[in-house]
Amino acid sequence: MRPLLAIIIKGKEVMFESLLDHLYSALITDSRYVLILRGLRNTLIITFFALLLGLAIGLILAIIKVTVHSRRNPLLWLANLYTTIIRGTPVVVQLIIINTSIMAQSNNKILIAVIAFGINSGAYVSEIIRGGIQSVDRGQTEAGRSLGLTGAMTMRLIVLPQAVKTVLPSLGNEFITLLKETSVAGYVAISDLTKAGDTIVSRTFDPTAMYLVALVYLVLVVGLTALLSLMERRLARNDLR
Amino acid sequence: MISVNNLHKSFHRNEVLCGITDRVEKGEKVVVIGPSGSGKSTFLRCLNLLERPTSGEILFEGQNITDRRCDINKIRQKMGMVFQHFNLFPHLTVKENITLAPVQLHLKSKEEADADAMRLLERIGLADKADAYPPQLSGGQKQRIAIIRSLAMNPDVMLFDEPTSALDPEMVGEVLELMKELAEEGMTMVVVTHEMGFAREVGTRILFMDGGQILEQAPPDIFFANPRHPRLQDFLSKVL
Repeated sequence: MRPLLAIIIKGKEVMFESLLDHLYSALITDSRYVLILRGLRNTLIITFFALLLGLAIGLILAIIKVTVHSRRNPLLWLANLYTTIIRGTPVVVQLIIINTSIMAQSNNKILIAVIAFGINSGAYVSEIIRGGIQSVDRGQTEAGRSLGLTGAMTMRLIVLPQAVKTVLPSLGNEFITLLKETSVAGYVAISDLTKAGDTIVSRTFDPTAMYLVALVYLVLVVGLTALLSLMERRLARNDLR
Repeated sequence: MISVNNLHKSFHRNEVLCGITDRVEKGEKVVVIGPSGSGKSTFLRCLNLLERPTSGEILFEGQNITDRRCDINKIRQKMGMVFQHFNLFPHLTVKENITLAPVQLHLKSKEEADADAMRLLERIGLADKADAYPPQLSGGQKQRIAIIRSLAMNPDVMLFDEPTSALDPEMVGEVLELMKELAEEGMTMVVVTHEMGFAREVGTRILFMDGGQILEQAPPDIFFANPRHPRLQDFLSKVL
């Protein structure tokens, strides 16, 4: 009995020690954790500013799509063309094109990523916001206009505040998708979180670092999801006022 | 005050208004009645260009508002409109609903607008609801607030589009009462309604519309006592 137990305990110790070894080589040797942290920082910066850019582009496109009624209006035509092209091609392809031709002169890789992911996100956000605007009852616009408010004022003061409420969950999803999509930034040699993990794996010949990267993404996404459902509950409570 | 000249409105190939001509004088209370689909709401909505007429012209205080160069936003400030479904802004408090347009259009300062809103709310006995949100109110309260929201713009004319049709029966009275008060104060009103009692009591002139045309018009006593058009006789026999 006794020797067997000792072997099991010994076995556990061996496993534990080997896990520590893996972690040590993935993070501590050559200060590799700095790579991960720097990658995480870049991922967060890219996601945050791409989100802002995407929201701005999406809002403008959505307003064009909703307010322009003439099918021959060039603005509407451009807005639809934008959405079709961006949604119809992979984000990696867009990123590579922007990096190698449109912004080939720029050395600021982070900026390139922000613009590529922002432009991409804008197309999706525009459809989300368009749906939100259209879900606001037409009577709201009519009431605003009948009081003498201009179309733009009615949109800004009456329609958009109500639309935001309905699109918040979808925008949250888009935010989460965007965060994960930035993991392809490594394609154009940007050291984001994924690229950092990949670099460590190629040095250590050990996948542990990638597991850690996955864990970091998971924590970020779970945290964001919790934050979003909190906001949703807040808004739902306002409905009961 | 409003003169309408040979007004036509079509939705795609469906002609809803087939040549309406009428004049609304200052202080008149014109009540428009007629069966559903007769074009009466469309007629009303053309008066402030919520619907753009296909042809014909509308003059308001001497200005041709169907002219593309006319600033319709300026005109609408002088034409209040009350809707069947109230259309209060659910994300704003009652007071904000009332002050939004006057403040945003720089017609009143924030303080003036607040004071006016409170005065109007007191008048309808809802001052305690100033900071409530529309979803907390009853239908009758919502519609009375929608009416004073229009009044806060100091309009020259008020347009009512079936203001009591979406209300529970017990709430109809309070809304009609407020409209009656406005009428007594001399407000020019155009009212599309199914409330024959209101038409008879408050209207100075009743229009009967069917098939996109005004078939008959008369002061209420003559209108109800001596309907001439067979279509009106038929309609009145069903609703009275």
